[in-house]
Amino acid sequence: MTRPIKVVMAKLGLDIHWRGVYLVSQFLRDAGMDVVYIGNKFPEQIVEAVMQEDADVVGMSTLGGNHHSLGLKTVRLLKEGGLDNVKVFMGGVIPPKHVPALLEGGVNRVFLPDTPMQTIIDVVNGSVSV
Amino acid sequence: MELQELLSKALAGETLAIARLISLVERRDPTAHEVMKHIYPHVGNAYYVGITGPPGAGKSTLVDRLTRTFCAEGFSVGIVAIDPSSPFSGGALLGDRIRMNVKKKPGWDIFFRSMSAGKTVGGLAETTREATRILDACGKQIIIIETVGVGQSELDIVSATDTVLVVLVPESGDSVQIMKAGLMEIADVFAVNKSDRSGADSMAESIANMLERRTTFRKSEWTPSVFMTAAMRNWGIEELYRGILSHREFLLKEDRLKKRRKTQIRAELLRLIEKELTRITWEHMSRNNNLDQLVEQIWARKKDPESAAREIAVQVERQLDLSQS
Repeated sequence: MTRPIKVVMAKLGLDIHWRGVYLVSQFLRDAGMDVVYIGNKFPEQIVEAVMQEDADVVGMSTLGGNHHSLGLKTVRLLKEGGLDNVKVFMGGVIPPKHVPALLEGGVNRVFLPDTPMQTIIDVVNGSVSV
Repeated sequence: MELQELLSKALAGETLAIARLISLVERRDPTAHEVMKHIYPHVGNAYYVGITGPPGAGKSTLVDRLTRTFCAEGFSVGIVAIDPSSPFSGGALLGDRIRMNVKKKPGWDIFFRSMSAGKTVGGLAETTREATRILDACGKQIIIIETVGVGQSELDIVSATDTVLVVLVPESGDSVQIMKAGLMEIADVFAVNKSDRSGADSMAESIANMLERRTTFRKSEWTPSVFMTAAMRNWGIEELYRGILSHREFLLKEDRLKKRRKTQIRAELLRLIEKELTRITWEHMSRNNNLDQLVEQIWARKKDPESAAREIAVQVERQLDLSQS
């Protein structure tokens, strides 16, 4: 017996936008995953949640320009905490030219606003070996 | 990580190791049984508090506020919070953790774990007990279980905790609702949360009246206490905290806690035996694959369902006898 894929979903830092992260959370739920929605959180709190929940995946939503600063800090803290196995996804309004740097920094995939929902579900599903 | 290393790290209190142990049990990993065998001797030092009540009553926010108080009083806290799984997709939105906004002070030790209820219907997940035992064994002094939002009859929390807190709101119903059996009977402590809203006084009064009328409680000598809280405003948290502790003090006298826990162990043992027997029966059924045949016979009125069931039971019994000798 296995458990569903467990995803921690957070709004990065003080980002106020909620619609996108709600939408993705609910779609992942409907795709059969356990989605821990933690709302606005800073990197240290996100990493703590991922660790205690033993999540397979963390999703960070950002539309406020903190993708580089807080996003990459989260990736770094995950690695320092021994959580290299956790897949990291980001989504939101992120300038396409910033994406390579995020991927370089250890983010597994960045979903920009035009991403079909099914793509997100497939990528998350495919990223975790159950 | 090797299992032994994982176990010793978890027992030493390492967060990541504790989290991974819980996952092994949650996944029913082949090692899960081994994990619990090693954990069990270390269990029994924590005090278990259950928090239950209807959806949206403020259970999670109360957990957050109570956790702060427990930590400020020097206790380490382990929390397992359960939310429902979809019967359609199997997925779940676990939204209890978002209420946890404790600003940790140095030395505060909190472990919070969300669980989806899966297919269970009693308000807990199938492996909630195991998860809390792992937290207990790994040094958390207070264990809090927050159930899914319940209705009137999801009462498994009683068999998993020492003190049950039932959280209601001013809108939880009139005095007749309060008289109903089930949820209202399992509380050791009541909280009328969101008591900054109108109707809180009469709700608290209805509960108090109901409690006065009850005869079953007199035997157990504990009359549940009723507290008015407004968790978002930090109202009544200290009083509620002390209410939980006084129930604990009550249980610690005259071996009451021991009795309560032994009753729980007995119920759990019976449940597990039942589960094992079901498993054995299903194994037998799938080997002999005569379910379809029996259905046909029952359909043709050649056999009644009860006789058919007994027939299978006798076969299983014989098989057990054979494996004995």
